[in-house]
Amino acid sequence: MARTTKEERKNGIISAALELFSENGFYITTIPDIAKKVGMSVGNFYNYFSSKDILAKELIMYISEYLGKNIRAINESDISTQEKIEKIVSMYFDTAKERPEMIEYFLRVYLSNREVFKDGCEGMICVSPFITEMMIFFEKGVASGELHDQDFFSAFGLFMGYLGGMVFLYGEKILPEPLDDYKQSISENIYNALKTRT
Amino acid sequence: MHSKQEHKLKVFWLQGLTCNGNAHSFLNLDYLGELLEKTEFLQHPLLPSKYALSEMAECKTGCDVLIFEGAYDPSLKRAGVFVDKILRHYAKNAKYIIAVGTCASFGGIFKATSPQTNSGILFNEAEKNGPLQEYNAKIINLSGCPVHPEWLGFTLNMIIDRRKIVLDEEHRPQELYSSLVHHGCTRNEYFEWKVDANHFGEKEGCLFYKQGCRAPMTHGSCNTILWNGVNSKTRSGTPCFGCTESDFPRTNLFETKTNMSIPADAPVGVPKRAYLTVTGIAKTFHIKRLEEPLIDYKNNT
Ligand code: SF4
Ligand code: SF4
Repeated sequence: MARTTKEERKNGIISAALELFSENGFYITTIPDIAKKVGMSVGNFYNYFSSKDILAKELIMYISEYLGKNIRAINESDISTQEKIEKIVSMYFDTAKERPEMIEYFLRVYLSNREVFKDGCEGMICVSPFITEMMIFFEKGVASGELHDQDFFSAFGLFMGYLGGMVFLYGEKILPEPLDDYKQSISENIYNALKTRT
Repeated sequence: MHSKQEHKLKVFWLQGLTCNGNAHSFLNLDYLGELLEKTEFLQHPLLPSKYALSEMAECKTGCDVLIFEGAYDPSLKRAGVFVDKILRHYAKNAKYIIAVGTCASFGGIFKATSPQTNSGILFNEAEKNGPLQEYNAKIINLSGCPVHPEWLGFTLNMIIDRRKIVLDEEHRPQELYSSLVHHGCTRNEYFEWKVDANHFGEKEGCLFYKQGCRAPMTHGSCNTILWNGVNSKTRSGTPCFGCTESDFPRTNLFETKTNMSIPADAPVGVPKRAYLTVTGIAKTFHIKRLEEPLIDYKNNT
């Protein structure tokens, strides 16, 4: 059997921890739980992450980089702002289906346990790759005349709050239809709310 | 005595469409007296001159340095003669032609009123299609609204000393225009941590976001070669308008253009994505010393 590299083991911990944290919450999940899930000793776990708080911050940075990378690809493609909105919505919902633990962690741990992130993750530090791409998206949209000019957070809250809310309903199994069925109408709603007013 | 006179640099200061600001600015040069020992103004609108403007307009003599102030307007006359004719006559045999101020360099304020006819002598905004193309090699642009007296003093001294003046793509001396006005601003620390000034004239805070300061996108040495040796716009709490650039005057001088509160232009040389990342992070820091009047801050931690 091929030996796993340190990087692969670290990724294994990240996946396991994301699942446990998003299922059971930050406080209930313990390091022995995570170590057990990846099949390593607690002692060995500490070679990778020196504390649960540090792991928690690494996880949010990992998610932020993942989302940032995907939105960056959309930002850099030569399509209209309306099409970009569809692609961002689609990417976000696909992530929620394929790797629900990522979005769950963002909503249930990062946004709900702010005290864990207050040192070293102040403000936007740990989510900056993601926020930066959203800034680029909005700035380009206004510069090209497709979106109306307003405060960044008003637009950001509308966009991400909507997506977060839908994924939350989906996670709670409240949505009557599959998540994909909503992509089209949600993209339209977001575009209509943000587009230039004539 | 007589022979010394002959070695003086012969300068002709000709005016196009101008407010006179550059001529006045030059009078504030603190070593003007010394410079005048080494130069002879054949004609200057304010300084004692050898000839009257009407005599110069006869186009019978020549000069070493032709200084042109103001925008070029083909229909303008001085002393009854088309400025275009006077300009071309003296440009031909001058060793250097200096465009002083942004109007002469790029068109400036007067181009804004009549964009079809008015321009700088070599450039029309950023386009190099002004009337003196054939003298391209000897034209130096000293942009600024008005030109900083020291920048003109420096350039004339370089010419007197026969030193090489290295120019940028817009024909401005690199020595004076390679840095940004942002360099040397006493508010740099506020810029880094994104602490804004809320009012003009405040000692604390940076004028970039709320007052429209263009210094991070403006080439010039206003904050390293101070005006009258004592001050600059940003030091006194007024935003830089970017008057040395070819796009001056822009509209809304007291505003930084933003899209969704994100500045449309990043500082020169900084990729926008990187700038936004750093800015987003810097904004989340709260540095007590930078958030209150400096004079009240006590380091009692
Ligand atoms: S006030 Fe202007 S020059 Fe000074 S730091 Fe701010 S942006 Fe730079
Ligand atoms: S500070 Fe800016 S506006 Fe003022 S003179 Fe310098 S370049 Fe022009």
